[in-house]
Amino acid sequence: MRFFEYESRQIVAKAGIPVSRHGFATTPEEARRIAEEIAGPVVIKSQVLTGGRMKAGGVKFADTPDEAAEHAAFVLQLEINGHMPRGVLVDSRVSVKQEYYAGVVWDGIRKQPVMLFSDMGGIDIEEVAETHPDHVGRGWFSNLTDVSDYQAKQVIASIGVTGAALTRATPILTRLAQLFVERDMTLAEINPLAQLEDGSFVAVDAHMDMENEARPRQKQLLKELGVGDEETRQAREATPFELAGEAVDAASHRGVAGNVTEFDGNLGLVIGAGGGSLTLFDAVRAHGGKPANYCEIGGNPSVEKACGLAKLVLQKPGVDKIAVMMSIVSNTRVDIVARGVIKACVELGYDPGEKIAIFRIPGAWEDEGFKILERYGVEYCDRSVSMHEAARRAVEKIGVAA
Amino acid sequence: MSILIDATTTFIVQGITGREAVNLTRECLDYGEGARVVGGVTPGRKGREVHGVPVFDTVAQAVEHHGGPIDGSVVTVPPAFTKDAVLEAIANGVKLVVIVTERIPRRDVAVMVEFARQHDARIIGPNCLGIIVPDVIKMGGIGGPARDAAKAYTPGPVGVISRSGGMTTEMSSTLSAAGLGQSTAVSIGGDAIIGSSYAELMPLFEADEQTQAIVIYTEPGGRMEAELAAWVTEHDSRLPIVAFMAGRFMDEMPGMSFGHAGTIVEGKADTAAEKIARLAEAGIVVAEEISQIPEIVKSKIAERSAV
Repeated sequence: MRFFEYESRQIVAKAGIPVSRHGFATTPEEARRIAEEIAGPVVIKSQVLTGGRMKAGGVKFADTPDEAAEHAAFVLQLEINGHMPRGVLVDSRVSVKQEYYAGVVWDGIRKQPVMLFSDMGGIDIEEVAETHPDHVGRGWFSNLTDVSDYQAKQVIASIGVTGAALTRATPILTRLAQLFVERDMTLAEINPLAQLEDGSFVAVDAHMDMENEARPRQKQLLKELGVGDEETRQAREATPFELAGEAVDAASHRGVAGNVTEFDGNLGLVIGAGGGSLTLFDAVRAHGGKPANYCEIGGNPSVEKACGLAKLVLQKPGVDKIAVMMSIVSNTRVDIVARGVIKACVELGYDPGEKIAIFRIPGAWEDEGFKILERYGVEYCDRSVSMHEAARRAVEKIGVAA
Repeated sequence: MSILIDATTTFIVQGITGREAVNLTRECLDYGEGARVVGGVTPGRKGREVHGVPVFDTVAQAVEHHGGPIDGSVVTVPPAFTKDAVLEAIANGVKLVVIVTERIPRRDVAVMVEFARQHDARIIGPNCLGIIVPDVIKMGGIGGPARDAAKAYTPGPVGVISRSGGMTTEMSSTLSAAGLGQSTAVSIGGDAIIGSSYAELMPLFEADEQTQAIVIYTEPGGRMEAELAAWVTEHDSRLPIVAFMAGRFMDEMPGMSFGHAGTIVEGKADTAAEKIARLAEAGIVVAEEISQIPEIVKSKIAERSAV
């Protein structure tokens, strides 16, 4: 889950890393008050969970509190990449001697966190790594022992940083690495980490991503930041259709019938499981089909749950037919999914044989499932028909969308 | 032969009294030659039995009851307790841990993996269905109940490695239907950090005489496919590899996670397109559809044996 910059700064500050003077505002008046307190030139920064805010005009410079209020009024109503800002950050404009980069990420191949440090701050670190690899220091650290200052020092010194800059930046990188571990981050980045004219260091911008799976044990932090359980913080906000899918899944603990993502096609998909859904979604598109949604069934959901998901998809505007398809199941029962999708059709007043373009779920209890499907005249197939072929038949039935 | 496990492998099930674990234990006991499930562990449940398997409070008790080292453990405890369970198994001499549990924060996974390395142990998973040697043994829920597993898996020359548990069975079934059995199929798990990657399992398949080709199921997200491509380029492997890449649509949707926790496009290297290019560069054939895989495997095996 992503954090807004104003939250990321709080996380950084809690770890004992100095940040530039700032405040968070949701109205122009609040922005004015913060600018008055700072009593100097400020930067107004849009608080959105997307990149490219500078380009989009979401970052403005102000010399007076009046100007700060004026810019805040503009930035607060500026949509960036489809996101409306949560508010603005009013940040003091510091006089910077040198911009650095400090970051920590996971290395999935080494299976350890890696610290990154660069003396070319303010730009994208991947770009620096490509164009100036000698300006990026790296250091992996053990999961079994606490990270120690010498490890951060080695990383920073490896790119030639020495003197006061080295000794002052070292504890900052160590603390960033510690917070990365303690807070279950997948990305902890300070960019730029600014060295001021007086030689001190402050974080001028911060970017934090926390692992979703760790939310239960990071409750205290989330509470302190005021992040509600309902906030998914994904790349884009969930649509009402997707939220309805979550409600279907949450209705009972048994199995999964959800993970819905909305698309704008005419072929509704009731598909599973994890890898199967990815394969089938590709297969439908490869044959020219236009999916109305993505979803996942698995872990043996109840008839009610399968029915709820099928109903949701069937009722989505623009859906002509649904395709019910999975990779071979061993845990989920074929007959239960069959009952669920047929029930959904019948209860909505549809003929299952008409509405279900194809049913391709081979595996556990398939004979029982196929019998039910036959009774309702639903076209089905077993494992001898490949997932791609099943998808092709579904697309053929519905015709290619206009 | 096989990799990782064979008919003589002994293992325990940690969290054995849970609903899914009870089913999993039954499946493993029933499949093939019948797995040697020598004990189960659920704290506070010592003295019970699950399908005739004795339940203990600690792994140490299970080892003592068995009277010697136990080869493996299948871990099916809730995410908050998984790290402790895995460390307990490894500290008590277990060398192969299959972690079924999903939704474990990667910090915990990283701790378990590093601890395993220090103790010369191996982890498969988390978020996986385990390992199967067709007609011999299965360790984990892979393939489901014995009679269902027998429908999909047959003995033969192909090693299967997959980030998706369900797709391990789908691909093996497709191979079996075309007369290509499997030496061992491994569901390695769909998380961002896992105990054993493709490249880490390749040396085992390389050393297994029965294995003549490898089939892998891959997804966007992570660097594991690049790691495999690098491994293949650096080692003069005798094994042809055929890959299937699911989730190609995700290239258009950066930042969105689909299917598995580790399946997300965050940077260019995570995309399906980039991975396909990397694999192809290393001489790994990427099939467009699963149904094409058996013919490609057959022609690759024929090519190698003609040399």
